[in-house]
Amino acid sequence: MKPNPEERVYVPFRGPFDPCPPLPYRTYVVPVNQYIVFQPVDLPQFSPAEALRHGTLWPALYSPYYSRKQKGE
Amino acid sequence: MEEVRPKPGDHRYYELLEQLQAIDFVLVELNLYLNTHPDDLKSIEQYNKMAQERMILAKQFQELYGPLMNFGHAYSRYPFQWSESPWPWQV
Amino acid sequence: MWVYEKKLQYPVRVSKCDPMMAKFLIEQYGGADGELAAALRYLNQRYTIPDKVIGVLNDIGTEEFAHLEMIATMVYKLTKDATVEQMKAAGLGAHYANHDKALYYENAGGVPWTASYIQAKGDPIADLYEDIAAEEKARATYQWLIDMTDDVDLQDSLKFLREREIIHAIRFREAVEIIKEDRAAKKIF
Repeated sequence: MKPNPEERVYVPFRGPFDPCPPLPYRTYVVPVNQYIVFQPVDLPQFSPAEALRHGTLWPALYSPYYSRKQKGE
Repeated sequence: MEEVRPKPGDHRYYELLEQLQAIDFVLVELNLYLNTHPDDLKSIEQYNKMAQERMILAKQFQELYGPLMNFGHAYSRYPFQWSESPWPWQV
Repeated sequence: MWVYEKKLQYPVRVSKCDPMMAKFLIEQYGGADGELAAALRYLNQRYTIPDKVIGVLNDIGTEEFAHLEMIATMVYKLTKDATVEQMKAAGLGAHYANHDKALYYENAGGVPWTASYIQAKGDPIADLYEDIAAEEKARATYQWLIDMTDDVDLQDSLKFLREREIIHAIRFREAVEIIKEDRAAKKIF
């Protein structure tokens, strides 16, 4: 599976008395909207059918998401 | 009287519905965009063009499967078609 | 006024009989960051926001009702043919005792919806920042819901709803930029 370019990773502090085996890391997503203050005009568009399937008209505003379960997390 | 209700496995119904959903989705996206970009003439032209395409497609859909809107925004055959199943959550 | 359109905004297909997922999905129906809260929040705030951004709140609020109907469709389909035993096994026994198969505006923990989930401060910056936060919280909820199902068709509809949160957040951020603008300054894109 392609890595999600919007995903960020960190390793939480491991305490000596943590009861469960530690997970290797934690992830979170920083979606594309965090880097857009005001949408520029004339962005390239999806076709209507593609737009519906992506949930947006503009590829530049599309944010992928992969389920953690599918990633084995 | 022509049967207007979609039958299970009526591929044309689902195809046409998705085409309409796609065009309506572009209109929603352009509408929200134009609310914050009211001076973008090119997008207004696209919005108006899509609105016209939408009318043609909606008319075709409604002739086959009954009215999409109530309160006089679409015609009805006899008996009154609006309240007939299926409703959106049933298909 | 509003006029109803007899179609979903996006196709909802549920391919796995999994009533437990319905219990989790209810979070986006009657939860704090759910679609009902979103629709009511924006449509109520629109009366006291500068005219230039009323349309943003009006139209996003309206779209939220279409999303509410999509969530309802998922819950409806997941519980429609569940037996009483399946409902109990899915953690929906308490729901069944009170509501049978009826949908109810409650969160995944069964807590009924309350107006205290939403705010209307009358201050445009405060209100728009609440709206941006609401969209990001709803996006996060959709992520956790996608994580909890293996049904790719259900995931597909949830991914659509997640993307809409991202777009709405952009529009609210733009609304902030619009009301920040100095009256004398000309808008530049």
